[in-house]
Amino acid sequence: MVTINKPATKLNKPSKPQKSSSPSLSAFVKAFKNSIVLILFVLLWELAPQLGIVERTFLPPFSEVIRAWWDLLVSGELWRHFQASILRSLFGFLLALAVAIPLGLIIGWYPLARDLLTPILELFRNTAALALLPVFILILGIGEVSKISIVLFACTWPVLLNTISAVKNVDPLLIKSARSMNISSFKLFYKVILPASVPTIFTGIRMAGTGAILVLIAAEMIGAKAGLGYFITYSQYNFLIAEMYAGIITISLLGLLINYGLSSAERYFSRWKQ
Amino acid sequence: MDKIRFERVTKKFLVRDEHKKGAQREFTAIQNIEFTVREGEFITLVGPSGCGKSTLLDLLTGLTKPTKGRILIDGREITGPGLDRGIVFQQYALFPWKTARGNIEFGLEAKGIPKSERKEKAEYYLDLVGLKNFADRYPHELSGGMKQRVAIARSLAFNPDVLLMDEPFAALDAQTRETLQTELLRIWKKTGKTIIFITHGIDEAVYLGERVVVLTANPGTVKKIVDIPLKDRLEDADVKSNPAFISARREVWNLLHEPEFQGAHI
Repeated sequence: MVTINKPATKLNKPSKPQKSSSPSLSAFVKAFKNSIVLILFVLLWELAPQLGIVERTFLPPFSEVIRAWWDLLVSGELWRHFQASILRSLFGFLLALAVAIPLGLIIGWYPLARDLLTPILELFRNTAALALLPVFILILGIGEVSKISIVLFACTWPVLLNTISAVKNVDPLLIKSARSMNISSFKLFYKVILPASVPTIFTGIRMAGTGAILVLIAAEMIGAKAGLGYFITYSQYNFLIAEMYAGIITISLLGLLINYGLSSAERYFSRWKQ
Repeated sequence: MDKIRFERVTKKFLVRDEHKKGAQREFTAIQNIEFTVREGEFITLVGPSGCGKSTLLDLLTGLTKPTKGRILIDGREITGPGLDRGIVFQQYALFPWKTARGNIEFGLEAKGIPKSERKEKAEYYLDLVGLKNFADRYPHELSGGMKQRVAIARSLAFNPDVLLMDEPFAALDAQTRETLQTELLRIWKKTGKTIIFITHGIDEAVYLGERVVVLTANPGTVKKIVDIPLKDRLEDADVKSNPAFISARREVWNLLHEPEFQGAHI
């Protein structure tokens, strides 16, 4: 028997070209590279109003915004709005996944359904969800239902269309290979089509995650009694400018959090890819 | 004893007519193919492109049906895919989300082998193809040759009678190809499978096959079946210098190149 173990053990373990410097120093350099522009941005935000380059009434220094943010956090008010927003977006987002993934798998599997439905789905996807917000409010009122529905609407299309194209683009050779092993259609679907589609579906899920926040904040700005979008417009109307920026920062953090969560999930489910 | 029997097998397809827009015409991929494969035989099919090699393989797997004629395995007509035949593709066709072991277990699961036995069987076949230490690697972490070993192990693991191989070594580099050819012979000796091996390499066909089926193109027909009188290819390290090998190789080469020379005379 031929031994092939030796050269192959090195496969896929690219040893990084280690420079002579100590690991702690190189870690420091990396952290510096990653954060320097961020630090400069914060500095600019702090100094520009302080030095009178911009009107501090409209852009309070960063430290003031952070103080306002901290006060809101301690008082629990920020948490209340944050909670309202994340519950709505999560609910709409998960509902969209529950609807769009199974539907997309079915549509993708049947060429006729795919050919018939793709144009109208593309039309819906490319209709800005916010343009439909008045319609949602007219039909569903101003309460939670309309806000969750608009998130659901906005999240559905990217997931649905990506799922359809994922199923359509599964390597035919894999299907042929599985078919030749005489497995049932259900098993073929469950064991081959579904896992092969996961990476492309996840691209859609990430797009939906970004969309969920965007649409929700806008909806909350138009009509709500709680939520980060509401909080921002409320602060603006009452001239609580530092609080307004605190709300904006919170939305950034929320966006980062969601993106991080989804990327981790994506990495986990696609760990077999390069 | 006859394992597989082709009885006047013809396969026609409808293809787009390149002369008339929107029209379709009939295309004959293979015509009146007739030969038999003996139990436990290693037979190779060699031919130019367009000789219907892939069509033949699809018919053997049962994914498509012949337009005329029939193919029998153990006297029964092939009506669909089945685990009595294992297939090895040129492009490996491994499931990228499964490890080497997971890929092998896939076929075992398809056969309905209980989970407890799958692991042990997978280990055995990984060992057989020399990949014992790579069980938990994903396909993208394996070289081309190793992927093809996994694919061979996967097809052997559910214990088919017949192994169908569609140019399995064509995508590999020359050295890996030679290694795998020798290993395949060793595995064939050890398992006693009937192997139908499709290739476009004359050397490969003569080296591996006990008989070589030479096909012609457009439509694919059997031109001749050449017996290769080599006794033990694994004993003789330099079998390719053996006079029997050289003359067999020349015969196959001549059969494949005859049309060109005939054309040259006109």
